[in-house]
Amino acid sequence: MAKLKYRPINLGRWLVWGGTALVMIILPLILTAGFTLTLLSQIGVGIIFALSYNMLLGQGGMLSFGHAVYSGLGAYFTVHALNLISQGAFHFPVTLAPIIGGLAGATFGVIFGYVTTKKAGTTFAMISLGIGEMVFACSLMFAGFFGGEAGVSTNRVMGQSFLGITYGPSIQVYYLIVGWALVCMAAMYAWTQTPLGRMANAVRDNPERAEFVGYDTHMVRFLTLVLSGFFAGIAGGLSCINYEIVTAENVGAAASGGVLIATFIGGAGFFFGPIIGTIVFFTMVTAVGAMTKAWLFYLGLLFLIMVLYAPGGFASLILMHVPVIKARLMRRLLLPYAAALVTGAVLMAGLVSVVEMTYHFSLEAGTAPGMKLFGFAFNVTSATPWTVAVGLLIGGFVISRFAWAAVGRAWADIVHILQDRAVV
Amino acid sequence: MFHLKRALAALFVTSTLFAGSAYAETLKIAYIDPLSGAFANVGEAGLKQFQFVIDDINKRNLTGGPKLEIVGFDNKVSPKESLNVLKNVIDQGIRVITQGNSSGVAGVLIDAVNKHNERNPDKSILYLNYAAVDPDFTNSKCSFWHFRFDANSDMKMEAMTNFMAKDPKIKKVYLINQNYSFGQAVSRAAKADLKRKRPDIQIVGDDLHPIGQVKDFAPYVAKIKASGADVVITGNWGNDISLLIKAAKDAGLDTPFYTYYGGGLGAMTAMGDAGVGKVKQITEWHSNVHPNKTEKFANAFNAKYGGPPQHLTFYYLRVNNQMYMLAKAIKETKSIDPKKLAYKLEGMKFAGDEGEVEMRATDHQLIQPLYISTVAEAYHDPKNPKTAKFKGKDKEVKYDVEDSGLGFKTDARIDAYVTAQPTSCQMKRP
Amino acid sequence: MEFFLISMLNSVSYGLLLFMLSSGLTIIFSMMGVLNFAHASFYMIGAYFAYQLSGWLGFWPALVCAPLLVGIVGMAVERYGLRTVHKYGHVAELLFTFGLAYLIEEAVHLIWGRSSVPYVIPPSLEGAAFTLFSTDYPLYRVFMMVVSVSMLIGIYLTLTRSRIGLVIQAALTHPQTVETLGHNVPRVFMLVFGGGSALAGLAGVIGGNAFITEPGMAAAVGPIVFVVVVVGGMGSLAGAFLASLLIGTLQTFSVALDYSFADLLAKLGISIGPDTPLAALWDLTIAQTGPVLPYLLMVLMLIFRPKGILGTREG
Repeated sequence: MAKLKYRPINLGRWLVWGGTALVMIILPLILTAGFTLTLLSQIGVGIIFALSYNMLLGQGGMLSFGHAVYSGLGAYFTVHALNLISQGAFHFPVTLAPIIGGLAGATFGVIFGYVTTKKAGTTFAMISLGIGEMVFACSLMFAGFFGGEAGVSTNRVMGQSFLGITYGPSIQVYYLIVGWALVCMAAMYAWTQTPLGRMANAVRDNPERAEFVGYDTHMVRFLTLVLSGFFAGIAGGLSCINYEIVTAENVGAAASGGVLIATFIGGAGFFFGPIIGTIVFFTMVTAVGAMTKAWLFYLGLLFLIMVLYAPGGFASLILMHVPVIKARLMRRLLLPYAAALVTGAVLMAGLVSVVEMTYHFSLEAGTAPGMKLFGFAFNVTSATPWTVAVGLLIGGFVISRFAWAAVGRAWADIVHILQDRAVV
Repeated sequence: MFHLKRALAALFVTSTLFAGSAYAETLKIAYIDPLSGAFANVGEAGLKQFQFVIDDINKRNLTGGPKLEIVGFDNKVSPKESLNVLKNVIDQGIRVITQGNSSGVAGVLIDAVNKHNERNPDKSILYLNYAAVDPDFTNSKCSFWHFRFDANSDMKMEAMTNFMAKDPKIKKVYLINQNYSFGQAVSRAAKADLKRKRPDIQIVGDDLHPIGQVKDFAPYVAKIKASGADVVITGNWGNDISLLIKAAKDAGLDTPFYTYYGGGLGAMTAMGDAGVGKVKQITEWHSNVHPNKTEKFANAFNAKYGGPPQHLTFYYLRVNNQMYMLAKAIKETKSIDPKKLAYKLEGMKFAGDEGEVEMRATDHQLIQPLYISTVAEAYHDPKNPKTAKFKGKDKEVKYDVEDSGLGFKTDARIDAYVTAQPTSCQMKRP
Repeated sequence: MEFFLISMLNSVSYGLLLFMLSSGLTIIFSMMGVLNFAHASFYMIGAYFAYQLSGWLGFWPALVCAPLLVGIVGMAVERYGLRTVHKYGHVAELLFTFGLAYLIEEAVHLIWGRSSVPYVIPPSLEGAAFTLFSTDYPLYRVFMMVVSVSMLIGIYLTLTRSRIGLVIQAALTHPQTVETLGHNVPRVFMLVFGGGSALAGLAGVIGGNAFITEPGMAAAVGPIVFVVVVVGGMGSLAGAFLASLLIGTLQTFSVALDYSFADLLAKLGISIGPDTPLAALWDLTIAQTGPVLPYLLMVLMLIFRPKGILGTREG
């Protein structure tokens, strides 16, 4: 059990939070290429969504396949509210509109959550999937509310401008997202420190014991889900302002799967894991998606590798090294890591070549057999490039096994040294 | 700051990828359609048609100077992703976009282009729609920046019902469509048109089924059978048409199917012989029209892109019309400015392969002749080894579609003026 | 009458296909506790393998070989994937199969492209088996029913009568005891997973040409198969059988019912116009709600009877 520590001013924490805020604020000023702003806005919304998802998966131990239901319905309520506001039905500042989404998300959390949170584990996963599919099927049925396949659009520019803020230019929307993201991150972090947040951990780790202590596990899971639905709804509301449209895919299985993948590869066991995961995820979707049609393949592969070999996600990989750096043992790892990097690069080159060449072959072998990869131009119907690619793949696999064995040995040594020191 | 570094590195990659550039002598056109995921084959096929016709325009210098270039962007048929792509396109300085798959995406793009052009009048975007057929886009939602080169679903229904009205044997009609705006529009238009032209025709069924989710159409076929329908009208596309036709064949249902997309990519391969003599489609062109001015062009396309693995055949005559008309507008205005081009395209008349077509100025809808045709086995010519696996005896069915051994045979040609529909569009011009 | 009989036959044949799919999933779940998210992906690769093999060998050899190949793929997945994550618990296993489903779909894109492949019914099984009043009933559907019923009998006999079946049943409840008796429990698990995958593959072989073989086919049936397993009762084969038939019937007959709440209320003298609150809800016909019904059934089942129809355990 970690002790709760009281410190009047936690300098480290202030530095991390202040640094994060600073980075989010100045990033668009450094990176001025137009598309980065779109990507950054996506990441900002994605971070809130992934953190809200991690309240379930990481903190509450509930694997959900239908989390997009809450963000999506939050987005739908926000878009209808914005349309009503612009028609003058009532007055509400656009800046605060995501709260409408949050309330909608929380309300649906109450409606669906009471049923779904009776059980955790596989049952919860199944029901969340069922509810997700149900809401998605409904979205195509009730065109009045969901807008059919075209969705519901809105215009975020409305009313008088306040201090020049109209939310017309996307930079203003980006700062709105940053503001909300910081508030939500802080709120969700604070939640992990509350008694409810702690109880969610306890229920995750050992429901029987939590029940014996006198807590209603169903209630704890239920409240967690409602809160998570609230933050997911805020993310939905922000995405509605960002895109000015909400479509059925906002509640769809792909959105639910995406947030699961992002959270997991970042690291569900750590508060900041989903943040890393979201950045990696959107960068892969955008940057890799711009380079190759096989981006989904690489994303799936990355996810599988993480599940198999690093179930703690990127966050755990980073945190693993903190004690090593503190103990000044990092140099023992440098050589094995360099070896793993080089051999891994060979393996990757082989894999990417085989995948890209297969794609190219299956798509246009008959029409345009020539292709370019890593700066080499070759003909995909001839045998040589295939031999090279498969050779790289197999050779890379064999030598990287040696390199990984070396990494494993170096780690074993370090663990020994750390244990010895701890004993002394 | 671990994630700063990571993000910076990633963003560096993206920003170099997306760095814009200025060009005077090339007009880039962004092709926004699915290039990955379930509908990627349709998007790829369309892109190849654009590339092919643009090569022709550049070779013959039809623009009188500027070269055209098509750049493919993957929207994963998602309206939301299309907006991301549009932002990316705008950031790269591309000012002309074209899109066709799914009216859902098209509606979103029209809306986004309108907003963008209003907020940035000096960087306006021109939107050429080659296949999204929701009638609203040239009626209530019409936009100065949007031009549609495909006949909209109401026009196709008008043509189809004109043809049906002449057949006194048709007494009972069954409608089966996908439950979304396009399917509903087809169902609505069919009921209204038939009531007007043949009040004696009875609508014996009007099914709206979930799009892309029905695996087994046997229950629907049983229902059609029970209704005693003489004709089925369907706007289904993709797997929904192939599965429907297959189920009808299995149950021995002989009713003709009037379809919008019976000849769409992959449908013939999936249906196989089940469609012969039964499935009709309505298009602006098919490979066995007579006289066939596009024959040479289509053959050149098929020679380049046909055969394994994709077995593409030329399909979109409207893509040619669209690009030739754009080239003509560039030549006549001596400009590649979207606003000038848009004013030039309004009301433009163009001598296409199937006769004169007109981009109607009031709503930006291309008025063009249409064909109704039926699936038939392609003609087996003993002298031509290429036709060795064809089984048909009708010389008119000279070419097959996507190496399926099946082609189309014309039932009727509907003149352009017949298909024209009144519009409720109130165009706002800048 | 004609309509009713034909629809009844259609429901049974569709239900039996669902059962072929869900039986493998049920067996894997009951024996290993793994809810295999990628199960429908094995159905898909079964269809693709059959398409490829029937081009080379013909349909009948493919009917035998394709499921076996799928079984081998399944065993490899268990040996090199699932076994590694087993130590992290069931949620990790579920996540692994979730990622696997993505990867298999993309691999299918890679190898066979993105559109449908022309995998057709063999000529010997084409045509009508019999004519009921005026509707033909396709021979192939009869064949599908025969295959799935014989499969059901085969599974039952293997599990209850054969030596390996008894070892499997024992390994379920008392893995340690079975291990001390000298049986290789991990290998039993591998065989079970391979066998379950092969059953899905078999469903793919006969379902792929009855419907359409395309990369989206796994995503289309995946959730329905889960519904069957949950409604039938996790881990109960008989329950899965009943649930498959129930859902087959539900989906087939809901299509025929063009009635809505508005019609019902109209009979009671209450008229519903377009201005009535929630008009969209009242006007919805049962036929249109078809796609929601299985999920609604599943959610209701989980609320009122979480064990499922014939299940013995919860969660």
